[in-house]
Amino acid sequence: MMAKRVLLIEDEPNIIQAIRFILSRDGWEVVSHSDGNTAVAEVLKRDPDVVILDVMLPNKSGFEILQDLRADETTKDLPVLMLTARGQNRDRELATRYGASRFMTKPFANSEILSTVQELAGA
Amino acid sequence: MPTKMLTGTKIRERRIASGIRQSALAGSVGISATYLNLIEHNKRRIGGKLLSEIASKLQVSQTSLTDGIEEALLGKLQLAASRASTPRDELEPAEEFAGRYPGWASLVADQVERITDLEQMVESLSDRLSHDPALSDALHDLLSTVTAIGSAAAILVETDQIEDEWRDRFHRNIHEDSQRLATSSQSLVTFLETTDEKVDPAIEPRDIVDNWFAARGHHIPELEHNNSCDNAALFEIEPSIKGSAAQSLAAPLFANYRADADAMPLPEFATVAEAANYDPARIAVHYSIDLASVFRRLAALPSEYCKDPFGLVVCDASGALTYRKEIDGFSLPRFGSGCPLWPLYQALSKPAVPIRRVVETTGRDIQQFLAYAVAQPVGSLGFDKEPRYVATMLIVRFQKHSAAAHDVEQVGMSCRVCARSKCSARREASILQGF
Repeated sequence: MMAKRVLLIEDEPNIIQAIRFILSRDGWEVVSHSDGNTAVAEVLKRDPDVVILDVMLPNKSGFEILQDLRADETTKDLPVLMLTARGQNRDRELATRYGASRFMTKPFANSEILSTVQELAGA
Repeated sequence: MPTKMLTGTKIRERRIASGIRQSALAGSVGISATYLNLIEHNKRRIGGKLLSEIASKLQVSQTSLTDGIEEALLGKLQLAASRASTPRDELEPAEEFAGRYPGWASLVADQVERITDLEQMVESLSDRLSHDPALSDALHDLLSTVTAIGSAAAILVETDQIEDEWRDRFHRNIHEDSQRLATSSQSLVTFLETTDEKVDPAIEPRDIVDNWFAARGHHIPELEHNNSCDNAALFEIEPSIKGSAAQSLAAPLFANYRADADAMPLPEFATVAEAANYDPARIAVHYSIDLASVFRRLAALPSEYCKDPFGLVVCDASGALTYRKEIDGFSLPRFGSGCPLWPLYQALSKPAVPIRRVVETTGRDIQQFLAYAVAQPVGSLGFDKEPRYVATMLIVRFQKHSAAAHDVEQVGMSCRVCARSKCSARREASILQGF
C-alpha cells in the first residue's frame, strides 16, 4: 500500500526534521518545501494527501498560499493544517475565513500534529 | 450640594433667587409656563435664541447657565447608555438622570471615561503586537525555536528505540536551538528595553506630547527667550516627554515653535497682532511669512497677550490630527479624525488656498467660531516627487460685529458624537441617535 504523503511548507529546518521524524514513524512520506513563492506549484507537483502550512514564510504568507490553493479547482478541497507562532484570534479567524481545515499554534505537541494529520487524511 | 448642574436646574435656581415667578418669566420670553417647567426640570433641551432671552431676563450670561461641563457630561452618559445591554426604554433620558442625580451622573461619566481609556490601552498594546513588525518577527522566531526544541526533546524522551543517527541529530538541534533561543531572547529584551524605557505602555506617544503641550498652555517660554534650550532639556520639563517615540513626535513641533518665535518674537508680535485685529493674512504680510506659521504663533500666545484664546488643529494628508489645541466650546476628538465639514479638510482639497469660514457647533451649546485654514507643502520640494501637504486650522470665537456677514457652516466634533441628522458628510453612526 502506497504511503500517504504530507507536504510540509515550513522554513525552519529543525521543525521540518522533527515533524518528518514523527510522521515517517507512522508511515507517512514527508516532503518539505521552504519557499512561499513556489509553494503552490510544489503542491500541484507533489499531489499530497495533506498539507501542513506555516503562516510566516519567506516571500509569501501562508494565508496567501491558502487562498491560492482554495481558488484552484484541483486543490480547493485539499486538507490543510495551518501552523503559526501567533495564537491571536485574528490569525485563527483568517485561517478559518480562507479555508484552513485546521489551525494549530506553535509550540505544539508532537502527538497533536500526528493525530491531526491522521484525522485530516481520513476525512 | 452638587457642583455640576444642568441648564434647566440653573435657570430654576436663578429665577427663584431673583424672585421671578415661573409664569412671569415664561410670558416674558413668549413660552408657556408649562413648557418652562419642563425646561427647568431638564425634560426639554434649550439653546439658541430662547436660552439667550432667558439669560437676558435673568440678568446672567448665557455661558453661566450652560457652563460647557454639561455638554461633556451628557455626552459621556449617552456613550454609557449606547454601550449598555439594558434596553433603551429602561434608561431614562440622560438629562433627567443627570438633573435628578448629578453626583451619580458624574460618577457614571467618570467611569465611562476610565473604561474608554482602558479599552484604548488594551487596543494599543494589542495593536503593537499585531503591527510592530520587529516585535512580531522576534516573537515568531522565539516561538519557532521553542517549538523545535520542544519537539526534539519530546522525540528523544518518548521514542523507545531511536536510531543513533536521529538521536545525534536531535541532540545537535537542541544544542543549536538553545543557543539561538538565548540570543533571540536577549535581542527581544533589548528591543523592549529600548522602546519602552520608562514610558507607561498604556499611553500613546501622541497622548504624551499632547498632554505636555496642554499642560504648558501651548506656550513654551524656554523657546521664547532662550532659544538655546535644547530638546533634551525640554523633554525633562514636567510632565516630561519620555520615550523615543514621543520625543520624535515632539521634536518637529519644537522646531516649528523655535522658527515661529524667531520670526515673530514677543512682545512685538502681540502688538502687531492686535493692531491687525488678529487677521492672520495681515500679520503674514507684516512679517512676510506663511499663514500656517502665523496660525501657530497666534495659538501660542499666552493669555496676557490676547483676550480670546485661539484654538489650533493640524492634520496630515491622511486627515489624521497631529496637533490639537482646544478652546472652550470647540471640542476636538481625542482619537480619529474630526468633523469632515471642518475648513481644515476643505483646505486639504485646495492646497495653498486660504479659507475663512464662520462655523457653528451643533449640540446643546451652540456657538459660532471663525475658522481659518490653509494647506501648505512641507519638506523639500522637487520636480521628481509629489509634495506632502499639512493642513492647519486656527479657531477663535466669532465676534458678530467683526466682519461682514458670512455664510455659517454647521460643524460637529466628530461624526460619532454629532447629533446632526441628514448630514451628507457623515461617515459613521452617532451614539446620540435615538436620544
